[in-house]
Amino acid sequence: MAKLDVAAIKADFPIFKRTVRNDQSLVYLDSGATSQKPFQVLDAERNFYENHNAAVHRGAHLLAEEATDAFEHARSNIAGFIGAQPDDLVFTKNATEAINLVSYSFLNATLKSMRGAELPKGAERFVLAEGDEILVSEMEHHANLVPWQELCEKTGAVLRWIGLTEDGRLDLSDTSLFSNRTKIVAVTHQSNLLGTVNDVSTIVKLANSVGALVFLDACQSVPHMPVNVVELGVDFIAWSGHKMLGPLGIGCLWGKSEILSAMPPFISGGSMIESVSMERTTFAAPPKRFEAGVPMAAQAVGLSAAVDYLNAIGMAEVAEHEHMLTEAALAGLSGIPGLRIIGPETSFDRGSAVSFALEGIHPHDVGQVLDESGIAVRVGQHCAKPACIRYGVQATTRATFYIYNDLDDVEALVAGIHSAKKFFGV
Amino acid sequence: MKLENMYQEIILDHYKHPHGKGLAEAFDAEVHHVNPTCGDEITLRISRSDDGKLSVSYDSMGCSISQASASIMFDQINNQDFDFGDTAVDHLVSMLQRSVEADEDILGDGIALAGVAQYPARVKCALLAWMAWRDAAIQAGADNSTKNEDSVDSTKEQN
Repeated sequence: MAKLDVAAIKADFPIFKRTVRNDQSLVYLDSGATSQKPFQVLDAERNFYENHNAAVHRGAHLLAEEATDAFEHARSNIAGFIGAQPDDLVFTKNATEAINLVSYSFLNATLKSMRGAELPKGAERFVLAEGDEILVSEMEHHANLVPWQELCEKTGAVLRWIGLTEDGRLDLSDTSLFSNRTKIVAVTHQSNLLGTVNDVSTIVKLANSVGALVFLDACQSVPHMPVNVVELGVDFIAWSGHKMLGPLGIGCLWGKSEILSAMPPFISGGSMIESVSMERTTFAAPPKRFEAGVPMAAQAVGLSAAVDYLNAIGMAEVAEHEHMLTEAALAGLSGIPGLRIIGPETSFDRGSAVSFALEGIHPHDVGQVLDESGIAVRVGQHCAKPACIRYGVQATTRATFYIYNDLDDVEALVAGIHSAKKFFGV
Repeated sequence: MKLENMYQEIILDHYKHPHGKGLAEAFDAEVHHVNPTCGDEITLRISRSDDGKLSVSYDSMGCSISQASASIMFDQINNQDFDFGDTAVDHLVSMLQRSVEADEDILGDGIALAGVAQYPARVKCALLAWMAWRDAAIQAGADNSTKNEDSVDSTKEQN
């Protein structure tokens, strides 16, 4: 397998031309929060605004046609990246909105059903009754937890969750969590805190056996490994553009065609309608049904350029590169006295998010010392407080790796942690 | 190295050997403040005495800056009246916004927190305990505007 030419990749990312604290070069280990952007993405977005800017799906003029073409081409390209059909890909503001789109489809179907309002064909499976269950896991990002909690509170459905094992994995030993009351199973593909890559096929099998839908939070997987929705066998996946070299302000929801068709809309307004009168409205087919208002065409074009950039490298190569860095990081970190990895300690079924706790030094202080050496990491609870509590840590320091990182960055991290220990005298 | 400006020896001393940590049994108001981005937490209790002095007790966990700042807060405003503490909180805020020179008479060791102003992400850490104190003092009815017991917010969880 071809090794990544990290120096050449880095040269594509303008941010690495600047220096950070004390005029040092940037060691960016926070791609799990947001990735940096190559000039190809920035140029694509700028080119859209400079040469083709118009409101898509509106207007009879040349620019409107070009903008619409660019937007729909982006949709096809991004859908192709996950092995999907373009009409099954919905653009949202971010992944959080994509998750809310699905949870609100349940709420809206439930409310409309209570009032006897007309629902799309097949919408019954989105109607929740008291005692129905929604299954999540203890390692979810708050974005894939809070919307489901809210949904339960409003509908009387019950939230259940899959617990975690000591070594940072889903504890799937209690299969009774999957029952005929389970309406949807919403879990992450790769934990943003622990780095664990979950066994999706087992979850899909268990969910299918009870007729539940499967929603996969793919924010930490689509940017980092080959993902094919057909092979995964899930019903939905959601992810964000900005974590995969794309612009801020765009997220993606993919759903199986027949399932999207059965869902009532979330945000309503222009663009998402079929016909409107003062008395009632009928809605467009997906994906437009879920894209009210003028969409983020420039961001879609930028994200499409990010897909091209990643495809040119190859997602298998991206995953291989990160795996190599993860192994080096786990080896380097586990040799530091007083350091505890929070999450799987081996690189098996594991992504490049490496969280750790350091005895005697709070993560915020670790991050500050690392920052002084130009190393950017994330500290805190990573929007995954229940998992922090599960592992008995108030917060962690987290390093995440991507295509522009190399072994020197891993070394810098390890050296930085030694400096922090020295500075705080532990 | 700029880092030593923030992590002065006196700050690290307070961090390693915090003053006044531990909750008193009796109290007139209790608050729980958190910094949700990093997980720093403080539970703080206030008791009012007849002469208007406010005794403070707290339990907390978090980064060196938040813990040292709580310890300094205890040194400076425990058993002081509301106006004294309120002035100190305002002064700390102004110092962290770099809009006043630090006054040791008001902040004591807290003047060593001036270096935090260079790191905006840490300002909230330095303010956590002091903001909790002000909230608790107001809930205990110690400020003049809420002398009326009925107006005291009984909510204990803040943020």
